[in-house]
Amino acid sequence: MTDTISLPNSLRSQPDANGHFGAFGGRYVAETLMPLIIELERVYKEAKADPAFDAEFAELLRSYVGRPNPLYYAGRLTEALRAKAAPGKGAKIYLKREELNHTGAHKINNCIGQALLARRMGKKKVIAETGAGQHGVATATVAALFGMECKIFMGAKDVERQKPNVFRMKLLGAEVIPVHSGSATLKDSMNDALRYWVSNVHDTFYIIGTAAGPHPYPELVRDFQSIIGKETRAQMLEAEGRLPDMLIAPVGGGSNAIGLFHPFLDDPEVAMIGVEAAGEGLDKKHAASLAGGASGILHGNRTYLLQDEDGQITEAHSISAGLDYPGIGPEHSWLHEIGRVKYMPIKDEEALESFQTLSKLEGIIPALESAHAVAAAEQIAPTLDADKIIVINLSGRGDKDIFTVADALGAEM
Amino acid sequence: MDRLASRFAACKAQGRAALITFVTGGDPDVAATPAILDALVAGGADIIELGMPFTDPMADGPAIELANLRSLGSGTKTTHIFAIATDFRARHPDTPLILMGYANPMLVRGSGWFADQCKAAGVDGVICVDIPPEEDGELGPTLRAAGVHLVRLATPTTDAARLPAVLNGASGFLYHVSVAGITGKQQAAQASIELAVEKLKAATDLPIAVGFGVRTPEQAAAIGRIADGVVVGSAIVDIVGSHGDAAAPFVQHFVASLSGALLPRTQETAA
Repeated sequence: MTDTISLPNSLRSQPDANGHFGAFGGRYVAETLMPLIIELERVYKEAKADPAFDAEFAELLRSYVGRPNPLYYAGRLTEALRAKAAPGKGAKIYLKREELNHTGAHKINNCIGQALLARRMGKKKVIAETGAGQHGVATATVAALFGMECKIFMGAKDVERQKPNVFRMKLLGAEVIPVHSGSATLKDSMNDALRYWVSNVHDTFYIIGTAAGPHPYPELVRDFQSIIGKETRAQMLEAEGRLPDMLIAPVGGGSNAIGLFHPFLDDPEVAMIGVEAAGEGLDKKHAASLAGGASGILHGNRTYLLQDEDGQITEAHSISAGLDYPGIGPEHSWLHEIGRVKYMPIKDEEALESFQTLSKLEGIIPALESAHAVAAAEQIAPTLDADKIIVINLSGRGDKDIFTVADALGAEM
Repeated sequence: MDRLASRFAACKAQGRAALITFVTGGDPDVAATPAILDALVAGGADIIELGMPFTDPMADGPAIELANLRSLGSGTKTTHIFAIATDFRARHPDTPLILMGYANPMLVRGSGWFADQCKAAGVDGVICVDIPPEEDGELGPTLRAAGVHLVRLATPTTDAARLPAVLNGASGFLYHVSVAGITGKQQAAQASIELAVEKLKAATDLPIAVGFGVRTPEQAAAIGRIADGVVVGSAIVDIVGSHGDAAAPFVQHFVASLSGALLPRTQETAA
């Protein structure tokens, strides 16, 4: 797992001026939106160079989000896996505790950053798409914080399945718009958010929830989420005096994973595993765009997509609503193609098992998304020497998933 | 002169704008589409836009989105769309045919394959909603090498600074999207359309067609007085949606009302 990369330049210098990560990324949007995303790119460059922007972002992450969150040594999980491993095997496992952020996941990091950009652009209205509602709640939260008007587009099926989050968003002052088009899930809520945006470009900012979409979204979402990797790096150096040997993170669109990975891309000794949702299995219904998809264009970027031979988008499936999307961020497609990050599929049933394991061993109920990463670590850790160190990105807490899990386990609530 | 240029020239000689009509290929099913295309021509359409269905038509409003889903639901494949085009070309050798759709179905087998298919089927031009000039390299060069126009779009947000980028490589005609929005919704104010068309005419010699939100003969006539072409889509697609397999005569009747409204007034009085 220690592939060294012999590319001449830094792997952290993507994308290029046109927003391409190798063959991926770009700006595939209707002409109506082009001037706006070019303006967003300009404003973002300016903001990046402005120490005041960075200072305000950092202060909000500290005082409002509750950063830095801990890097926690999961001793009981580590020991339990060592007990099953061969002598001398069983890597040491740390958890990056993104689930301790305000609103319970990594999503808020990005929302704070984009709300600051919206304000800088003079936009007082924000919109967002949401699947299970986590990004919707995070967006509604920052809209309340910044006094902005907020509309959340959510698939009608998801509105029905995720009533607590719908009510949360309403409490936070957002309007939740059920999307009935297409399959009435996450990709359709993104279609309808784009339809609304194209009709309201003059006063509305679109807070995209993951490191995907037209340039500069994949870049700026990654940059805002990179706080995860920067903290992990510093915390690991303090705890162990060295860098970790492996990072493991779940990948839907991939914003928490790229946030953790990016600050380590130029450290060849750090291996990285992105965990895709294999749903019921790669030969059945799944959401693993890299393992089971092909390069294509959707929602403003070129990336790996689940599609048929005619380029029609096929429906994704994962027990985890946050991973239930037929695409992936373009930087992951690139990192996959150059081999810098390995991606592995984890099935619904494996994630469900790890959801329970982590709850019982560490007293931490992980989000189903994060449970996919835990499941991958449970498979990998016993194969590594005991002096190796793994960091799992615990991207969110699992309170939102208890109904889904109870249902899947056939438990009465 | 190619088919598109000839048709725009012929309309100009008659003192009227070209009527450009859109339907989604394979809506309600592949078998019904040829008769609907014939009805467009019989009703007086000058140029046909044939929509390639896509699962995620994010620039389209409900009318065309539903048409896309009806088409895919009835089993339409990309090969069917080219078969429909080939068949249309055989029966209507002089009527320009434009394919309109989204990048992914066009590029999934490579732009070379797509351009070859267009050329073989007698397709005159392509409108790709989500390939802006910045990504022209994906599709533009191969289409142009095959002699197929990649029609560019200008919108209310395309300002003077950006217009040259839109026009660089534009051919066939320039499609002015009259509202910042999706298809089939609100119509732009006539004054803003006039102003936009004036600016575009000052910047290019390409014919200017205006679309989005044009639903009635009156609207078509008003736009026809200033633009070289008027595009009507959702209103026709709605008729197909209501009448399904039996839509052709209703489509023809409606299109005839549009083409009649575009006739020059002098000719109307003379007739």
